[in-house]
Amino acid sequence: MIVGERKPFSEILSMVEDYSKILVIGCGSCVTVCMAGGEEEVKILASQLRLAFRKNKRDVKVEEAMALRQCDDEYLNDPLLLDKVKAADIVISMACGVGVQHATSFFNRRIPDKPIRVVPGLNTTFMGANLDVGIWEERCVGCGDCVLEKTGGICPVTRCAKSLLNGPCGGSSNGKCEINKEIDCAWHLIIERLEALGELDRLKPIEPYKDWRPSHNGGPRKTVREDMRI
Amino acid sequence: MKEFEPKIIAFCCHYCALAAADTAGRTGLQFPPSLRVIRVLCTGKVEVPHLLKAIEAGADGVVVIGCKFGECYFKQGNYRARKKVERAKSLLEETGMEQSRLRYDSVAGPSGKDFAAVISTMTEEVKALGPNPLRS
Amino acid sequence: MKSGSNLERLLEKGEFVVTGELGPPKGPDADVVKKKAHMLKDNVDAVNITDNQTAIVRMSSIAACKILIDEGLEPNMQMVARDRNRIAMMSDIFGASALGIKNMLCLSGDHQTFGNHPKAKNVFDIDSIQMIYMVKTMRDENKVISGDEIEGHLKMFIGAACNPFADPFRYRVYRLAKKVQAGADFIQTQCIYDMKRFKEFMKQVVDMGLHEKCKILAGVTPLKSVGMARYMALNVSGIVIPEEMIDRLRGAGKGKAASEGIKILCEQMQELQEIEGVAGIHLMAIEWEDRVHEIMDTAGFLPRPKV
Repeated sequence: MIVGERKPFSEILSMVEDYSKILVIGCGSCVTVCMAGGEEEVKILASQLRLAFRKNKRDVKVEEAMALRQCDDEYLNDPLLLDKVKAADIVISMACGVGVQHATSFFNRRIPDKPIRVVPGLNTTFMGANLDVGIWEERCVGCGDCVLEKTGGICPVTRCAKSLLNGPCGGSSNGKCEINKEIDCAWHLIIERLEALGELDRLKPIEPYKDWRPSHNGGPRKTVREDMRI
Repeated sequence: MKEFEPKIIAFCCHYCALAAADTAGRTGLQFPPSLRVIRVLCTGKVEVPHLLKAIEAGADGVVVIGCKFGECYFKQGNYRARKKVERAKSLLEETGMEQSRLRYDSVAGPSGKDFAAVISTMTEEVKALGPNPLRS
Repeated sequence: MKSGSNLERLLEKGEFVVTGELGPPKGPDADVVKKKAHMLKDNVDAVNITDNQTAIVRMSSIAACKILIDEGLEPNMQMVARDRNRIAMMSDIFGASALGIKNMLCLSGDHQTFGNHPKAKNVFDIDSIQMIYMVKTMRDENKVISGDEIEGHLKMFIGAACNPFADPFRYRVYRLAKKVQAGADFIQTQCIYDMKRFKEFMKQVVDMGLHEKCKILAGVTPLKSVGMARYMALNVSGIVIPEEMIDRLRGAGKGKAASEGIKILCEQMQELQEIEGVAGIHLMAIEWEDRVHEIMDTAGFLPRPKV
């Protein structure tokens, strides 16, 4: 899932402080799961904004709304939601970066007579897994050419700080990465896993240079399933 | 000038806190008339938005009262409540409001004295802060 | 001959080599490099020039190497995977060779979070092992990575690093084997204090016959003080400093720790020369270049052999 964190309140406030009709829209998918932009976080941000504005004696309306996802037109194309968007002069989207952009694009297409401003309430960070209550860790950087079969299911591109394909480097210490003792050395994990599988020999051949074209390095990406389109 | 009577909202758990409140009432301990008690099954049910909304609605202080740690009927409800109050405090501070308007406290079984002490502490704290700036 | 460098010829002849190290200045002052070069000249066989070591911005290795050549020394250019993609690497290698650089080390590089520009984006297009293989391909097959022919011929003696003390210890010799397989001609190890562990490691190396295909230089660094020993043990991965060594430094008396450190180093150098598979020493006396002559003299390694 996509993981993000809510931006600091002061930063969000500075984006909207000149406006008087604010709409906060949350997203019911990834950001709800990582407790950054779901229904509860929408309520909290809206309350905080009202408290901050009223304390400064400003008469500001803060409305709240939810969309199951903000990365698909279908879930944004709701008449009640659109009414709220039309009534606002600025929208804070609590979705991930994808949702913020898609919502901006959709609202501006759907409501052509008025430009719609959408600002991000979150800093979107990574694609990761939920390890425990309140703990998420990065697992995939979307390199476009998955090597997990060769490394026992542990990604060296993502989890090695240097993306080594022939690791570990000389900085691996006690199974931890030299840049941060809280991070496991991916190659240490890979070696342990392959040993357990009896497949350490997989690491004998030199893994050749990576083709970075399928990754973001090759430019912004697009997938089209012609077989799914009429 | 009329003396400032703080409007306190107390979220009380059904088990220890409410029992304590009951005892306090029956033994004739005095409370400010503007104390509002809201019963919850367990303080673990109180959510951060509730706390912020209470301040928005004009409460001068909000206290969440649960069982002593280790005695929560639902095991960890009070730990969760305390964590949520801490979170709400820092969220409140971000908006420029005083974080000490929110508080978590524990009381023993049916100790009327405990309950009275908690309310009295909260009241004093809030009196010093003054009324909620949102009430004009 | 892979490059015809002084280092290569000495190793071919079976001489026990000693390489030194020089960190370029944090600015464009060539005189700093020249000064250090003069201290090292004729005291070591070749000199490593680090590449933005610890991710702190310094004069480029390739430039400092050229200054060294002009002063009559032989440089070992270091290149890390952190700051350059394959295009820049191959380009710089052509340039280095054109300027007369004949030895280079292929390294991963310290992560940029360690340095003075942690906000920078890193590269890590290829890793150190792929880099070794790349240089070997350029030299022996006359091709760049894409397969295009190189105009002219590249001569380069390829080095790499090895940390026998990093984890997982059991895997370290296999990683060394991979570097040798990729084409490493010589290896310099991380500085050694734990002689016992190093001997264990070298036994594995010799058992696998790696020392025959690739020349192994044992890394050493003189300890200047107890403080330095403690700092390194705490902050540099994989360094384990035996208590006896620290006791010796402490026991040497006020102001005498550095001299004791040099004594310890000389003993180490003698001991390392006796270990099977060790073809030389890599002496890392960073910011202590002025004592290198004294160290080499005391250890009995002067004069350096000519070939």
